[in-house]
Amino acid sequence: MSQEVLDLIVKKVDGFLGEEVVGKKPEPPPEPEPEEEPKAEEAEADDPKAKARAARAKKAAAAKKAEEPKPPARLNFGKPLIELPSEKWSVELAELLRDDPELQFDFLSCITGVDYEEHMEVVYNFYSTVKKHYLYLKVITPREKPSVVSVDSVWKAADYMEREIYDLLGVDFPGHWNLKRILLDDGWEGHPLRKDYITDKKALGLD
Amino acid sequence: MSIKTETMTLNMGPQHPSTHGVFRLLVEVDGETITKAEPIMGYLHRGSEKLAENFIYTQFIPYTDRLDYMNAMTNNYVYCAAVEKLLDWEIPERAEYLRVITMELNRIASHLVWWGTYLLDIGALSPFLYAFRDRDHILDLLNEISGARMTFNYHRIGGVKWDAPEGWVDKVKEKVKVLRENINEYDTLVTGNEIFQARTIGVGKLTKEQILNWGISGPLARASGLKIDIRKEEPYSIYDRFDFDIPTQEEGDVYARYKVRIAEMYESLKIIEQACEQIPEGDIIHKKGARIMMIKPPAGEAYTRAEASKGEIGVYAISNGKNKPYRVKLRRPSFVNVAILQDILIGQSIQDLVAIFGSLDIVLGEVDA
Amino acid sequence: MDLLYMTIYSVIILKLMLAGVTFSILFERKVIGYMQMRPGPNRHGPWGILQTVADVMKLLMKEDVIPRQADRAIFVLAPVIAFAPAFTVYAVISWSDTIYAADLNIGVLYFLGVSSMTMLGVLMGGWSSNNKYSLLGAIRGVAQMISYELPLVLSILGIVILVGSLNLRDIVYFQQDIGMWFIIPQFLAFVIYMISAIAELNRSPFDLPEAESELVSGYHTEYSGFRYAFFMLAEYTYAIAIAAFATTLFLGGWLGPAFLPGVVWFLLKMCIFMFIWFWLRATLPRARVSHLMQFSWKVLIPLALLNIVVTAIIKVWMGW
Repeated sequence: MSQEVLDLIVKKVDGFLGEEVVGKKPEPPPEPEPEEEPKAEEAEADDPKAKARAARAKKAAAAKKAEEPKPPARLNFGKPLIELPSEKWSVELAELLRDDPELQFDFLSCITGVDYEEHMEVVYNFYSTVKKHYLYLKVITPREKPSVVSVDSVWKAADYMEREIYDLLGVDFPGHWNLKRILLDDGWEGHPLRKDYITDKKALGLD
Repeated sequence: MSIKTETMTLNMGPQHPSTHGVFRLLVEVDGETITKAEPIMGYLHRGSEKLAENFIYTQFIPYTDRLDYMNAMTNNYVYCAAVEKLLDWEIPERAEYLRVITMELNRIASHLVWWGTYLLDIGALSPFLYAFRDRDHILDLLNEISGARMTFNYHRIGGVKWDAPEGWVDKVKEKVKVLRENINEYDTLVTGNEIFQARTIGVGKLTKEQILNWGISGPLARASGLKIDIRKEEPYSIYDRFDFDIPTQEEGDVYARYKVRIAEMYESLKIIEQACEQIPEGDIIHKKGARIMMIKPPAGEAYTRAEASKGEIGVYAISNGKNKPYRVKLRRPSFVNVAILQDILIGQSIQDLVAIFGSLDIVLGEVDA
Repeated sequence: MDLLYMTIYSVIILKLMLAGVTFSILFERKVIGYMQMRPGPNRHGPWGILQTVADVMKLLMKEDVIPRQADRAIFVLAPVIAFAPAFTVYAVISWSDTIYAADLNIGVLYFLGVSSMTMLGVLMGGWSSNNKYSLLGAIRGVAQMISYELPLVLSILGIVILVGSLNLRDIVYFQQDIGMWFIIPQFLAFVIYMISAIAELNRSPFDLPEAESELVSGYHTEYSGFRYAFFMLAEYTYAIAIAAFATTLFLGGWLGPAFLPGVVWFLLKMCIFMFIWFWLRATLPRARVSHLMQFSWKVLIPLALLNIVVTAIIKVWMGW
């Protein structure tokens, strides 16, 4: 069922954008090594040494998999996930997600900001109370000047969650009605959840 | 000719008896009518999400206790569940049952605290003490199993920390009977009270559209006729094995929220009873979870959500394969729900401010994280 | 000689009343404590009997804080203004057939007139504190006291019509003559009186002027130490006075079976009133301001007027 939802979302989003953004297949991975998997399963049988070896092999395989470029539309723990660059993300697209009779993502459950050291991501978790389906939507934005269009006008729930991300990660949300610090002091310097933030314990009076 | 009037700014908090913590509300009033409300928060900000990045996975569990300290079990659970999802571990049956029993007991305790403090807010003194008596009995039970009264730190990645002491399950069963009687008594004591009804019926209404738009969850959403409860929508743990209802009300006012919460306590009792009947013997924690502290989930990210007493609590955990989480995002229901104050108070009379604010059931530890 | 007698009497009453207030506070805390399934004060003296004494000691030793922005003269004067009338009304209370201070033939009028001055203290305290919560509390308090003064007075008029006198002692003697306390023929008036009295005293469920959850502490938010104690004292003094007044009007004053002296009966009846107030405080939530006003103007006053009309008709018809 989730795969169908994912296909539907990809169709709708790409249809809206007029080009293949989400549905694009990544470059095919170099060369898969098919013989590794069955071997690991065989070894599972008896002695602990073999087990450990199998686990290591599995880990190596997983690591390899992580290196492979992931498609921008995929299933994450059985839930549809799509990735978008921030310039493709717009209020109109958000309205489409909310209002389209087949999608109806009427509940914005969570917004997460993540600082990957090479770029930043804002992850939206949507839920449809009517259709009962989910969507992870990742908006990728450059780290130098992180900026993601605010969806505050579409889901009011974004109001505080976007302010929190602005506060802790310094992602700008153009279009937000009242973008200012929410948890930290107005005069705070820096954004603590960025990976390069240095916690100055002396200045905080902790040391 | 019209009389020129000025609006007055009233500053409620950060030290005010009914803000239930360090919370500040700037209200602009035109005579008796509120024209603008601005919640100001962050006084309790501890940087939980930042702390999470500096701890190994297990070490962060006690910090989740301090989010919504009224309902710490569910916080424990949702964090552990998020990591378990990344690890793809199977949780032993008995652990799941113990988790459900503790979570539901905690939910009742949380609702009782709300019930007591809410009535205290609108001027009734005694219910507060009645509620705390029963809450204390629940906390005694939870203390017996977890070793703490409020910040339990009981759930572990892969299961729970301690097995139930001998006879604990029977004690819970007995307590459920007492609780049912007492809650019934409280219900008859307060719900029909004329003054109480006059103060709550039709006050602070929220429509379905507002609820969805503002991302409100939990009893607040259910009081406005929106039948969403994650325990049913997306049964986590073993909630699909129990027979219980989701109480809803259509009115969306303060009184409806009150009734939903009362009804929810009965449903929780039902779940506990069933869980106590069905609980099997066996392990209480996943084999690896019991042994290793240095958990290293494979790289990946997962959003897990659960139904806390205040609403939907979620954890978005990202692992990069190392022993510390790369990022933990906590979706705190109180933080999302408190935003509605900007909308719900407009046009209301200042006399209803406390009645409405109290009905949202906000815990500041959770708002500020 | 009369003057000396009066002075001695008033000093004795003042002392007794202070003791009365002390123990009525203890009584309140104990009663509410038991209703809330807790022991109440039990540390100072047997049965916590010295708790209030300890509280007063504490308040006396506290620093006397006057906010810099407050209107100093009025701020200082307000607690006194609140207390004085509440105590002055004791002059007309007749504790028994023989114990009384002034046998005023306009006793009822005196009581109502003087007691309504307490609201001045509330207003002064709230206004001079220069605090929004205090001011709101004071405004609420004054609005409420004025609104409820009307049904309070109107409910008593029925009795005055029946007795044909404003003298409190005459009212008691009249009840003796007809062999019935006024609570029976004037039951409606009694109910109206009880409700209005609660509002007049700012007690729960009509304790809006000091609504803790909304206004922090109402008009005396900025008061501390002995000035605060004075406000408390005024409140309880007034409460005892109202209870005494109600006893005289509706429960036949000192009348009662002869095995106990009249004054004991009087005090016992007062205790019933006090107990009812404490009981309500432990039971009911607080009413909303607008409901409170509506209740006074739309329900209580018409009912009180109806009571007067019916009483007048009965008086003429039955020729009492």
